[in-house]
Amino acid sequence: MRRFLLTTAAIFGLTAMAHAQEVEVLHWWTSGGEAAALNVLKKKLESQGVTWKDMPVAGGGGDAAMTALRARVTAGDPPTAVQALGFDITDWAKQGVVGDLGEVATKEGWDKVIPAALQKFSKYDGKWIAAPVNVHSTNWVWINKAALDAAGGKAPATWDELVAVLDKMKANGITPVAHGGQAWQDATIFDAVVLSLGTDFYKAAFIDLDPKALDSDKMVQAFDRMAKLRSYVDDNFSGRDWNLASAMVIEGKAGMQFMGDWAKGEFLKAGKVPGKDFVCIRFPGTQGAVTFNSDQFMMFKVGEAKRKAQLQMASDIESPEFQSAFNVVKGSVPARTDVPNTAFDDCGKKGMADLAEASKNNLLFGSMAHGHAAPAAIKNALYDVVTRHFNGEMDSKAAAKALAEAIAAAKG
Amino acid sequence: MARAQHPRSILQEWLPRLVLAPSFAVVLLFVYGFILFTGVLSFTGSKLLPDLTTWVGLGNYQRLFNHPNWWTALANLGIFGTLYIVICSVLGLGLAILLDQKIRGEGVLRPIYLYPMALSFIVTGVAWKWFLDPGIGLEHVIRSLGWESFSFRWIKDGRFAIYTIVIAAIWQSSGFVMAMFLAGLRGVDNEIVKAAQIDGASNWTLYRRIIIPLMRPVFLSAFVVLAHLAIKSYDLVVAMTDGGPGTATWTPALFMQKFTFGRNEMGMGAASAIIMLMMISAIIVPYLYSELAGGRRT
Repeated sequence: MRRFLLTTAAIFGLTAMAHAQEVEVLHWWTSGGEAAALNVLKKKLESQGVTWKDMPVAGGGGDAAMTALRARVTAGDPPTAVQALGFDITDWAKQGVVGDLGEVATKEGWDKVIPAALQKFSKYDGKWIAAPVNVHSTNWVWINKAALDAAGGKAPATWDELVAVLDKMKANGITPVAHGGQAWQDATIFDAVVLSLGTDFYKAAFIDLDPKALDSDKMVQAFDRMAKLRSYVDDNFSGRDWNLASAMVIEGKAGMQFMGDWAKGEFLKAGKVPGKDFVCIRFPGTQGAVTFNSDQFMMFKVGEAKRKAQLQMASDIESPEFQSAFNVVKGSVPARTDVPNTAFDDCGKKGMADLAEASKNNLLFGSMAHGHAAPAAIKNALYDVVTRHFNGEMDSKAAAKALAEAIAAAKG
Repeated sequence: MARAQHPRSILQEWLPRLVLAPSFAVVLLFVYGFILFTGVLSFTGSKLLPDLTTWVGLGNYQRLFNHPNWWTALANLGIFGTLYIVICSVLGLGLAILLDQKIRGEGVLRPIYLYPMALSFIVTGVAWKWFLDPGIGLEHVIRSLGWESFSFRWIKDGRFAIYTIVIAAIWQSSGFVMAMFLAGLRGVDNEIVKAAQIDGASNWTLYRRIIIPLMRPVFLSAFVVLAHLAIKSYDLVVAMTDGGPGTATWTPALFMQKFTFGRNEMGMGAASAIIMLMMISAIIVPYLYSELAGGRRT
């Protein structure tokens, strides 16, 4: 009997030790490129003796993962780290369930190298609660080089030039704009259109949620531009996934796509070369400013036993080698601004330079469409209006009014 | 002898209760307990997680009925529910009457009509989505056959998209309704039919005046089954349009899911769930009442 007890104790002891060296990670990076990128982190942790317990929940841009997380947190057993976006992190922090990365952050000087706009999400109440992995910027245009050459060859720098190029592409017999009619894709374009009407306007409308900016002549103009762009998409756009829209540009069936830099992965996977087969520019009129969303690993409050592995993981995420290796694969740019750009392609280099410049000039804004400008309720209220307008259910004037009303209602 | 029977009769008395108790307790907790919990949540300001500390009274219901998407969902439910129930019943009855003509091959035909019911709504939805997609489905095929001007793009048009969901749902369910009516028709007393035929009733009169009125309970059952399927319609919509184009095909169930889990508005989601419960009760309770009252009569 005594021997049995000893054995049991030993086994329990061993399990406890095993736990001490384990991180459980909830994420939705399951597609080929993403999984490969995440594998870099997994390998690094394993070389340090920390086992990686994978908990992938795919689907819905994280909706499904957040539902799974709800159940785990309610049961009092949160995972070590959870992939999260923008205001979701703040929402969870408000519930008082997140951990504290202060030790690592201070030791490694995160405050100095991570842009302040990102810190707004990674920190809550002055404490580091999440480790940012990357920065995606959303005001990109991906243009088929051959189609652009046929339409004059000059990348558009203003709205009027953009319209001229789109008209020429239409005359050349291709679909000028490849787009998928899903609310978040409509809103992604809307981000860029609003930003192109002025950085102050974007800030007033989307960051400060000023009712005067939301229901203004400028907002009517923004909706008018959306209606104009709507006239350049094909008839069959409704419900199409973004990567299928990218494929249209890759194959030359369509001229360009307005999409975040995750679209670059599709071009690279198809063997296309930046500058030669496709061109990446900022949405006309937004060069110098960047709307971003940032994937972060939000760290939960775990027992003392698991904390060491958690801090190790946070430290690894912010190491420049990982930031470079991960983001080269993922198509985004590093979350810290001091990472060398040697491993990146031309579009990646441009993305890093743009990010540093925008951050320096305070022109780095959270993307409304991707939950980095306002909380989920407001983001979705905007989705409803933008997508209704884009599908022709209301005119621009009514849309601006409805937008101000919907956002006021969602605030309450 | 009496002593030997005593424990057995106690056992007889208690055994059914003991056997039923666990499932009763489980149902009580996981069905009615959670209905109650949802009801409580609908009066709280819960956002991300259930939060029983902030009370907002009827605030969630107010916001719900001020939300344009909720009204879209209700209007869609009206269109979808009415067309789905009426067309399914008419088609089901028609098919059942035709199959009831003592035709050869009934054994083959009946399962053909019934098989769609064996598919889940997700499968039906995806299949119809592809079939109706102008780029790859019906329109594409007919155009490639030579009819260049053919156009059928309802699924991409906000004004008509809800009707494509009606079409898919009818395809799925009318076979099942047919089976219900067929069972009803087989239950009609042959003597009555023969008596009417001797009196010189035509086939049309026979069905209109005698057989279809006898089907009343089947109509009622079909209505209840179809009505609750309509109110909780979710998977079919998600698979076919996911609420789009725009917000044109939102239904109350979709609204509930999106608000509770996608938009961190658990209070409003709970309020919409309670309204849906009230709608279903409005249908089920009178039905149960009439069933029970009917049972007492006979």
